[in-house]
Amino acid sequence: MISSFQKACIVGIGQTEFSKASGRSEQQLAAEAILAACNDAGIDPASIDGMTTFSLDNSDEVDVMRSLGCEEIKYTTRLPQGGAASVSTIVHAKNAVESGICDTFLIFRAMNERSQYRFGQPHHSMSPDAHSSTFMEWCFPFGAQTPASWEALSCGPYLHKYGVTSEDLGRIAVTFRKAASTNPNAWFYEKPITIEDHQNSRWIVEPTLRLLDCCQESDGGVAIIITRADKAKDCKQTPVQILGAEYSMLFNHEIISDFYQGDLIRTENSEIVADRLAAAAGIAPKDTDVAMIYDNFTPQVLRQLEGFKYCGIGEANDYIKDGNLELDGKTPLSPNGGLMGEGYIHGMNNITEGVRQMRGTAANQIRNAKTAMLASGVAGAIIGV
Amino acid sequence: MRPDPIKRIDTAFFWDACEQGKFVVQKCEPCNTLWHPPRPMCPKCHSVEKTHQKLSGKGVIMSWVRQVRPASYGFENSPFVILVELNEGLRIVSNLISDSVPVIGEIVEVDFEKTVGGKSVPIFKRVVD
Ligand SMILES: [Zn+2]
Repeated sequence: MISSFQKACIVGIGQTEFSKASGRSEQQLAAEAILAACNDAGIDPASIDGMTTFSLDNSDEVDVMRSLGCEEIKYTTRLPQGGAASVSTIVHAKNAVESGICDTFLIFRAMNERSQYRFGQPHHSMSPDAHSSTFMEWCFPFGAQTPASWEALSCGPYLHKYGVTSEDLGRIAVTFRKAASTNPNAWFYEKPITIEDHQNSRWIVEPTLRLLDCCQESDGGVAIIITRADKAKDCKQTPVQILGAEYSMLFNHEIISDFYQGDLIRTENSEIVADRLAAAAGIAPKDTDVAMIYDNFTPQVLRQLEGFKYCGIGEANDYIKDGNLELDGKTPLSPNGGLMGEGYIHGMNNITEGVRQMRGTAANQIRNAKTAMLASGVAGAIIGV
Repeated sequence: MRPDPIKRIDTAFFWDACEQGKFVVQKCEPCNTLWHPPRPMCPKCHSVEKTHQKLSGKGVIMSWVRQVRPASYGFENSPFVILVELNEGLRIVSNLISDSVPVIGEIVEVDFEKTVGGKSVPIFKRVVD
């Protein structure tokens, strides 16, 4: 057990605007978001001594140091699994500072995934030796070539078993867009949708995903600064404690083309993470005040509500119908509008929203919020003040 | 036309067999366990001695999709993509060649189709009894 002054706290968050054409390089987006996070915390970027990002991020650690003037980096990691692992950045940050390896740890992710390349479109120029490529090698020649198609194929058995309809998924999209409509930082600010809008939106992948079931491709950068409680008290903001952060990657499971293990109904890795989190944080995900649930596509919300044990297996659709995900409900879902409504910086803008909710500074502030669950499939964290 | 498969050292046996009209999976030589997708080492006994085994080619549709937008790259029309649970217990992503929409639980049987570069991939058709 570590003492309270060693505990990891989030002390800085920063982001660029979220757009469809940033007009500048990904390296610059990263640098701007990182500087904003340092200014938010009141720390000198030179003092950053550890960092992590996604294996998919194009900005090199060296490039980040060169722009920000970081003096010495003692520890770096890169995370596999894309957005499903977005919250595992918090696991690395927590371990890096609580172990004493790092004093000031940086998480960043920056992408021009709309203007520079299309993240949601087929890429047929893949190297034959690319890593973790089952979604390319074993799907591409059969015409399943986009994240939406892989996701829909893996969700099919669940949706079929529990009779979840397109209207049911539409209800989830409407919830996100309702929250986004009152968040000035959201791409879909003042643009709520109805179930009819959802039902009239074009098919992206039959028979599951319409346009309004999908997150957006966005340009933008997000950064987060973590330090220990003893140093956090000297920072500008109220420190937000990382009460627990857990990660579970299981045998024979894939990143997104996750078809080869299990019954495709339950998500065992989320269940494991939920149990470890409850033990570490002393509070279960379902009992926290805000639920930031990774929403690349609407069916993910159903599966994570069950995986992280907000409700029983097969019960998520009714849990949503009962109004639990409304901002005044039992499980207020992504008050920023989530990745569908606010922007898709690979899940990272859901983490910064969780921090704002704990500080009491969010656009759609949940009253008296003291704890928040950050969920992204294979990883989860509970933060609190 | 359908794109060519992506061949790698560890997976070439699968695509080469397809060109001869054979539907096979990786089989561990010492412990006889079948694996798909292929991998360089058997995760059960850690042997790298591999062979392959011909499959029955029969299975059940577990899930299906059709990629509408963007349309499937290379194809004239986006095909029905199916996830098949094979009788041997393994799963594979492929296509259902049919004019009618796939149904979860339907029984299907393997066949082969040519790709743009003259290679071959396994596809499935409904079993008519
Ligand atoms: Zn073996």
